[in-house]
Order: sequence, then C-alpha cells, then structure tokens
Amino acid sequence: MSYKAALRVWRGDAGAGALADYQVEVNEGEVVLDVLHRLQATQAGDLAIRWNCKAGKCGSCSMEINGRPRLACMTRMSVFTPEETLTITPMRTFPVIRDLVTDVSFNYAKAREIPSFTPPPSVKPGEFRMQQVDVNRSQEFRKCIECFLCQNTCHVIRDHPENERPFAGPRFLMRIAELEMHPADTADRREIAQDDFGLGYCNITKCCTEVCPEHIKITDNALIPMKERVVGRKYDPLVWLGDKIGRRTAKDTPKVPGKA
Amino acid sequence: MRSLSYDVVVVGAGGSGLRAAIEARLHGKKTAIISKSLFGKAHTVMAEGGCAAAMGNVNPNDNWKVHFRDTMRGGKFLNNWRMAELHAQEAPDRVWELEAAQEAPDRVWELEAWGALFDRTKDGKISQRNFGGHEYPRLAHVGDRTGLEMIRTLQQKIVALQQEDAVNLGDPEAMIKVYAETTIIRLMKDGGAGNGGRIAGAFGYFRDTGRFVLFEAPAVVLATGGIGKTFKITSNSWEYTGDGHALALLAGATLLNMEFVQFHPTHMVWPLSVAGLLVTESVRGDGGVLRNSEGKRFMFNYVPDVFRPMYAETEEEADRWYADQANNRRPPELLPRDEVARSIRAEVKAGRGSPHGGVFLDIASRLPAEEILRRLPSMHHQFKELADVDITKEPMEVGPAQHYVMGGVEVDPDSGAALVPGLFAAGEVSGGMHGSNRLGGNSLSDLLVFGRRAGAGAVDYLDAQSTRPTVSEAALAEAQAEALSPLQRVGGENPYTVHAEVQQTMSDLVGIIRREDEIKTALAELEKLHERAAKVSAPGGSAYNPGWHLALDLRNILLIAQCVAQAALERQESRGGHTRDDYPGMSPEWRKVNLICSLNAGGGVTLRQQLTEPMRTDLLELFDIAELKKYMTEEELAGLPGAAEAGAAQAGAEETPPSAPPTGAPPGVLPEAGQKAPSSEAPATKAGK
Repeated sequence: MSYKAALRVWRGDAGAGALADYQVEVNEGEVVLDVLHRLQATQAGDLAIRWNCKAGKCGSCSMEINGRPRLACMTRMSVFTPEETLTITPMRTFPVIRDLVTDVSFNYAKAREIPSFTPPPSVKPGEFRMQQVDVNRSQEFRKCIECFLCQNTCHVIRDHPENERPFAGPRFLMRIAELEMHPADTADRREIAQDDFGLGYCNITKCCTEVCPEHIKITDNALIPMKERVVGRKYDPLVWLGDKIGRRTAKDTPKVPGKA
Repeated sequence: MRSLSYDVVVVGAGGSGLRAAIEARLHGKKTAIISKSLFGKAHTVMAEGGCAAAMGNVNPNDNWKVHFRDTMRGGKFLNNWRMAELHAQEAPDRVWELEAAQEAPDRVWELEAWGALFDRTKDGKISQRNFGGHEYPRLAHVGDRTGLEMIRTLQQKIVALQQEDAVNLGDPEAMIKVYAETTIIRLMKDGGAGNGGRIAGAFGYFRDTGRFVLFEAPAVVLATGGIGKTFKITSNSWEYTGDGHALALLAGATLLNMEFVQFHPTHMVWPLSVAGLLVTESVRGDGGVLRNSEGKRFMFNYVPDVFRPMYAETEEEADRWYADQANNRRPPELLPRDEVARSIRAEVKAGRGSPHGGVFLDIASRLPAEEILRRLPSMHHQFKELADVDITKEPMEVGPAQHYVMGGVEVDPDSGAALVPGLFAAGEVSGGMHGSNRLGGNSLSDLLVFGRRAGAGAVDYLDAQSTRPTVSEAALAEAQAEALSPLQRVGGENPYTVHAEVQQTMSDLVGIIRREDEIKTALAELEKLHERAAKVSAPGGSAYNPGWHLALDLRNILLIAQCVAQAALERQESRGGHTRDDYPGMSPEWRKVNLICSLNAGGGVTLRQQLTEPMRTDLLELFDIAELKKYMTEEELAGLPGAAEAGAAQAGAEETPPSAPPTGAPPGVLPEAGQKAPSSEAPATKAGK
C-alpha cells in the first residue's frame, strides 16, 4: 500500500529560505527519514539532512515535523494520515547551516564547561566497586543520545538567545545530575549548577522530558532532585556559616573550566 | 583552502579513533580528530551487546588463554595470532600505566576510571554476559547500549583533556581538537605520489561549507570503520563507505583478506524500511532461542564438526547450561555468527522461514517480561516503535544482514603500522585480528586495545623522525581537481542511482553464499559501474551537499567492492565470513594463505597470495592437538608433542556425525559436518533477502 505524500520541506541557509513542496512515494512501514532519503535520491540530490545510524541510537536526525521536535528515523509515517501534508523544518533554537541541518556547536561548548568526572585519586582502575542500585540513576541519564531535542525545545533558550550564556539547558543540567549521582565521583557541583549553569531558570514545565526519544525522565529524575540538592546545600547551617565568615566556595566545589 | 599543522591526524571518531587520539595526546602530541559526523555519533554507538575482556568477574575460570582460544576458533584459525594474543593479553614489555597483565581488561577498567558506568555483579564488580563463541560470560555491558557508553566515555575523556589544556595552555584545543563533519579524500605523501614516500598529511573538505582543508602531519591513524554501504541490507550507518580501506590502498598500503565479510545472523526483517536494523546477540546470550515456522529449535541440526564437542545436543542440556555452565554444554544458538547466519539462511531456503523471510527469535517465552525490559531495553523500544511488536509477548522476526568486515589494512600487530611509513590503522578498518569471522564483543575490545596501540605506534614513529615531510603542490592540485569534478560536471548520472546499483550487485552476487560464475558477473558489473561513477554529477553548491559527498564516496565504495569480489573469487574454500557454494569445505591448505590487495599502476586492484606466519609453539600448545588437526596441515603440526599419536587416537575416539559426507571431499578439504544446507541448496539465490 504505497501512496504519494505531500511534503513541505524548509530549504535554504543562514541567509534566507522557504518551504518547498514535494510529492514523495511512501511505502508500508516507513519512517520520515526513509521518505526524505527518497526525496533526496530522486528529486533533490542536494537536500541537506544530518543523519547517521537510522536506528534511534546516534541522535543525529533531529528536526521538527509538523512543529514537533522529533528524530526523523523514529517517526513512522503511519502516525500521519495519507492526506496530511507534512511540514518538515530544522530545529528552531539553533542557527541553520543548510536546509534541515543546524549548527549545534552551542551544545559542545556547554559540555566543555562542566567539570569532568572526578574519581578519588586513591582508587586504581579495576578497583572500583559499585552496587547496581547505586549506578541505576546515573545510567538512566547516560542513555542520552545527545540529539539535543530537549535543548531545542526548552523555552528558556528557544525564544531567548540572551539566556544561552547563563543557562546550560536540560541536557547539560542532567549531565551535572549524572555526575552528582555517580557513586565514584567526589566533586560537589551543587553550587555551580545554580550559579554557573542556570538551574534556577528551569521552571519544570517538562517539555524536555516530553520530547526525549530515549524516554529519560529528565525533569523528574534529574532536574528536580538536583534542585533539591542545591537547596539542601544552600540551607546547610555549616555552609551558611562558611558564607558568613567569608569563605565563598567549598573546597570540593570544582572550578568551572574557562571561567576566571 | 585551509592548511593546518598537527603531529598526528586520526581519521575517524569512533572507539578506536578516539582511543588512538587520547593516547597520542597523553604522550604530548598535537592531535586532530577528523569525523564525518558530529562528535559522539560514530558507528560505535550502535554496538549493543558488550566488550569482551577476560576479567573473570562472573566466572573465575576465565583468563586470557581461554579468550585467545575462543577468538582463534571463532576466526577459524586464520586470525593474526599475535593480534589475538595481544588483544587478550598484555605482553610484558608493553605494560603501560598499569601492572595488570591483560590488555582488554585493562582497557575496560580504564573506561571505568574515566567515568563509564557498566552493569554490576552482586559484589559490585563489572558484570559480564554470555555471547556467541565465548566460553564464559565475558562481555562487560550496559544493558544493550554498550557502544554508546563507550563512545560517550571516550568523548568525555577528550573533553576532560581539553579542560586540562585550557588551564595549562590557555586554549582547550591547543593539543587535541575534533573536526566534526569533515571528510578526508586523499592521504598526502612526502614528495608526491608513488609508493616510496612517507605520509605527509591528509586532504579533505568541511562538509558544512565544502571548503577544502589540508592537515599537514607526519603520522595518520586510520580509524574509519567498515564497508557496509557496499551492500544493500546492512546494519551499518551511511559513514561506512570503506574510506580508510580506500585511502590506504590509494596511498600504497595493502589490504588483507577482504573476502571475509560478516553477515550477523539477527536483524529486523520487517518492516522493509528497517530491514538490517541490528538485533543484539545478547538476546540469545540471555536465553533467547531461534525457531523455524514449525516451532523447532533448528540450530541443533547445524552444529559443525569442529564445534561439536562444545555444544549441547538436546534442548534440556542447552537450557540447563544457563544455570550450570560447569556441567552442561552451550546452546547451539550461541555458535559463532557465521554458523548461525548460514543456518538461518538454510532454514528460510528450505521453506521453514517466518512470514517476512526470516526466522523467529523468541525471548518472550524464556524470560519474565520485567527481566526482558531490564536487560534488553533498546530491543524492546526498537521493536515496539518501529514494528509494533512487543518482544515480552511475542517472538521477533530476524534474518542475517551485512554487519562487519574482517578484512582490512595489513598492519604490524604491535604498533598498527601499515606498509606506508607514517600510516597506522586500528579497529574495523584494520585486518587480521578476527581472522575469517569475528566473535561478538571482540570488536569493542579490539577498538580500545588496538586504538591505543596505533596511537602509541604513531607516537613512537614521530619520535624517530628527524625531519618533517612536505606535501607536494602537484598532488594537492590533483586531489582538488578530483574532488571538484562531480560538482562541475553537468548532465551526468545521479550518484544515488549508481550507489544503489553497486549495493544491489554486491548483495546479489557477492553476499552470504558465493559462486564463481556469480562473482565473475559481479566483477564485470563493477567495471561498468566504475565507468558510470566517473561520470556522475552533483547539482547544487558545495555547502552541505549530500549528493556531492556521495559522488566522492563512490570511488571508495567501488574500489572496496572490487577488492571483496576479487578476493572472494580467489579463495576456493568456505571459511567464516566467506562461503563458497562451489567449494563448501574448509581447507587446511587455504588456512595458510592470506590474500593481499594492492593498487596497480593502472588504478586497478592486484591480488596476491601471501603465506601466514606460523603460530608460536607456546600458543599452539594452548589447544588440544586433536582440535588443531581439524584446521591445520600435518606439516604445520609436526614436532608438536603428541602430533602423531593424537591423530590415531582421534580417528578411533571421535564419533562421526551422521550427516558428514564420508568421502568425496577433495584432498585436504574438511567437510563441514552437520552443515547440510549450504552445499545442497539451490545456488542462484539473492543474498540479503
């Protein structure tokens, strides 16, 4: 049961662009990326699409399909009716390079600001002992395929480029939570989560969780517990006393790389 | 054109490339990582099952010797035994950083020290799972997304090194920088083309702008992965266009045993758009069984003679093995991948396949639903989202697809050095380690072990150089002209069409089961496709133009297809990832032969035979002499203790399986006992269906 689908695909670059109309054949069981590939192979050889594994494992083919941020390889054509026109546009939060491909370097810059895994210096490789129950939490966050759909969706930066400097976005606040909950990590990232990575900007609307193709409970399991930990630290009487007598930063709070 | 200067350029940003780059940077070399995709998206993320390392966390009997033996058996003894040894074990003179005496385990523990979170045993160690061909539970894993954990950990280690460099040198990219979405199309040599010179750099383009870039560097590490896009049904991503294989050939290096292509037995077969999507071997490692349309566990009928003593003969014994491995033999579903793939194909041919041309893989009746969800979350997700199948309730339909290439750049086992000075290769692009068939789980460990070694090899090479090589202007101009031609040509053929025909030709004629006449037809077809590929045109500009990118990749795809076909025609036996319908047996004479591809003056591929290096006696002695006799010639075993007697004892003791043809095999050719199907089935079938 093949049919011709009506596609409106954004074509253009950083300078200008517009939606272009195409009619493309669709076969049973196909996903949006199959149809885009057919468009590319038969009608628009230079259509820029970023993709890689076509198996929902690499997080490359992020785009907006009928306005919803999705992976093209995991969006089945059967969720749309044959009569429906599909409007396919690049992720809106990031600058367009060409057609459906955006410049996601913002995310790689943020990744480099987060203080890395800090194991105790005394533990040698091969000597780590951790219980499954203790690694479960961080393992959930490490399922992240870095498709950046959560970053694209989060309203804190989606329509507010001015927040891009103080706010790391859900993916990287979750990375901080992952390290915080890593049983072998020794650094305390609670203070910098709030002060340097903008945890406070998050008002838990759960849009990030909703678009996550890995179904990671970003808000419930990473962001909210992280907020609780930040508060727990801030109102710790000893920390409060330390602040009063002028010692601003606890010894185990790492420096934010690249910050004076 | 931009020109950039580095000590080491690593082409490829998967597991082996990142590990090689880390090694070079740890030794103070200025390193560039070139990635066709974004950072962290390389094909390694698709590895599911795990990373094989004999840590002995689950079964303390495991050690490097057992792992070495399993690897050699899996590769049908054609492996470069030194690589298989290094992989399982650390040679005393190469101990680096750690005192432990095993290399694969060291690399896994190192990942953990860099932040990786593997699944745990009850006593808090790294858990290990069963896999095909591995005697003990050996694969360190994270559910069924081990590759993602590995690549993310290496990515984050590189970020950590960049943070250090930012503090110490004021620039995070001072010593190690990732060039994402950048493709290398030519390696540059000192003093221009020809086979004499040293490596001087790598030439390519940035995909986003189409601008050319020259990386000037005395050492290049190829870590580009495989050749999947040469075939139609493949689990490989678009990046797998054989770039490193082709770059090496074009630079004057050699490729080893390109006929050995792994068709992994279990992939989705339905819906068609996801045909080729991998179904991890862990499903079988964790208890999943293969059934035909009659509901029968057919693998019991396909245990070949060489593996018969190690595999269960009844379902009862096979099922007991999961709980008690000491007193029972393994289920035949866990035979090496080549055996399982051929068996599935035979069942389908015999009319006992599933509705969509595969067989059934059943985990639903074997494990409780919550256990399946815990151990195989990605598989559950994948079938649910893409095929509407709930694997906790119903069986999966699976069939073989191209998955891996065992053949690759001929390298020095210890340093990863290719024949061209300054050129190194590691991971899937290199050849030898896996012989004729790779065991599941041995790839991720291969990437780490030989990625580090190739990085160290490049460091040693650099330290021995007194002058920096220079790139010739003429060679550079030639490379630019080659790259621009599809953009400038008007009215030429569509590159997507030519690519689809190459894939169809290779899948139909040089697929799982091969025959002389079909391979010859393929070679003739490839010749014509080669001419057509030289005339394709890519409309549009140079900025992020996938049509242009594919037009350039076609050169590599076709060159590698030719190597695979030529080597497949030459090797007149069936072994591992090379099955000849017209030569169904495995020959001890052919075991002594490696097939070497190189580029000739006319730009074509020349093939020659090269004898393998005899295995060291202490390694031979790790095997039972009776087992070696199944693979090796009498002369090879002469002088080994028990060589003569064991043969006599063996002849009397071993039971001949009823299906083994008693006579009629050519001298020196072992009949593949129990493997009735491949030799008796109708030959002209299309592979990959």
